[in-house]
Amino acid sequence: MTFAVIVFPGSNSDYDAFHAASAVVGAQASLVWHKDTSLGGADAVILPGGFAHGDYLRTGAIAKFSPIMAAVNSFAERGGPVLGICNGFQVLLEAGLLPGAMVRNRGIKFVSKMVPVRVEATDTPFTGACTAGQVLRMPIAHGEGNYFAEPAVIEALERDRQVVFRYVDEAGQASAAGNPNGSINNIAGICNAGRNVVGLMPHPERACEASLGSADGRVVLDSMVQAFAAGVAGGRSLA
Amino acid sequence: MRARVYVTLKPSVFDPQGRVVAEALHTLGYGDVRDVRQGKFFEVELEGDDRAAAEARVAEMAATLLANPVIESYRVEVL
Repeated sequence: MTFAVIVFPGSNSDYDAFHAASAVVGAQASLVWHKDTSLGGADAVILPGGFAHGDYLRTGAIAKFSPIMAAVNSFAERGGPVLGICNGFQVLLEAGLLPGAMVRNRGIKFVSKMVPVRVEATDTPFTGACTAGQVLRMPIAHGEGNYFAEPAVIEALERDRQVVFRYVDEAGQASAAGNPNGSINNIAGICNAGRNVVGLMPHPERACEASLGSADGRVVLDSMVQAFAAGVAGGRSLA
Repeated sequence: MRARVYVTLKPSVFDPQGRVVAEALHTLGYGDVRDVRQGKFFEVELEGDDRAAAEARVAEMAATLLANPVIESYRVEVL
């Protein structure tokens, strides 16, 4: 299977995602420039971390109008699996592919550290190989990862099990102490109603090899490969 | 023609930057500061001289790009 990794001006985790998908997981991967209009027949799309368009105006605000986003939108609408990591998650929020928005971290600071993240839902293409409640150690590196949505939206996300990842403390509890940025309900990642579009602030692609301090993130990409092999995630016809 | 757009976080959204600015003002001795909300300000230069049309157009720009309606509200002024 092939991952398309979208490259915006200012992306900085694009090669990390490319490396994780290709060298580590063993899938095919291609880098797709934001001005392209085709995903080139990819089976899954990754919007990587970074500072697309310098994060000018708001994080993801300019990126959502990049030419490639029309293809990403229609791919997602047809059920194609899309993973937004960190800045990629912010782009998905701005593009309306996922509900809510990001505001500045509660403590104002840019937070860069390894955090425990609990998998809350295993019925997405990016968490199918996880066990429910599994805690993954992955790094976060963001200044605006404080997830916000109106109470009715949060209620619907919780009710429909669209919260896919939650920040937890060392004991595995979604406590205030385990919340690095002030996100409502410790939300670290969510999916859309169709469950094919997933966004998360932690970086699974930067935690795919033991030499990086954690290999826990690998399961996210492995899940996608498994989902593709099982045929549940669509296929080349999608792109 | 020139239009101004003021973008602010909705009242329901916590503004960490505004809070830090308020704390800094307290440190400087401005103890009477109750709260600070930080926002954005845009000046848009437009062609044409139809004020009503300009206001509608800039409001559309604000809703599409300048503000994120999930967390922000905006106000347009045509000068």
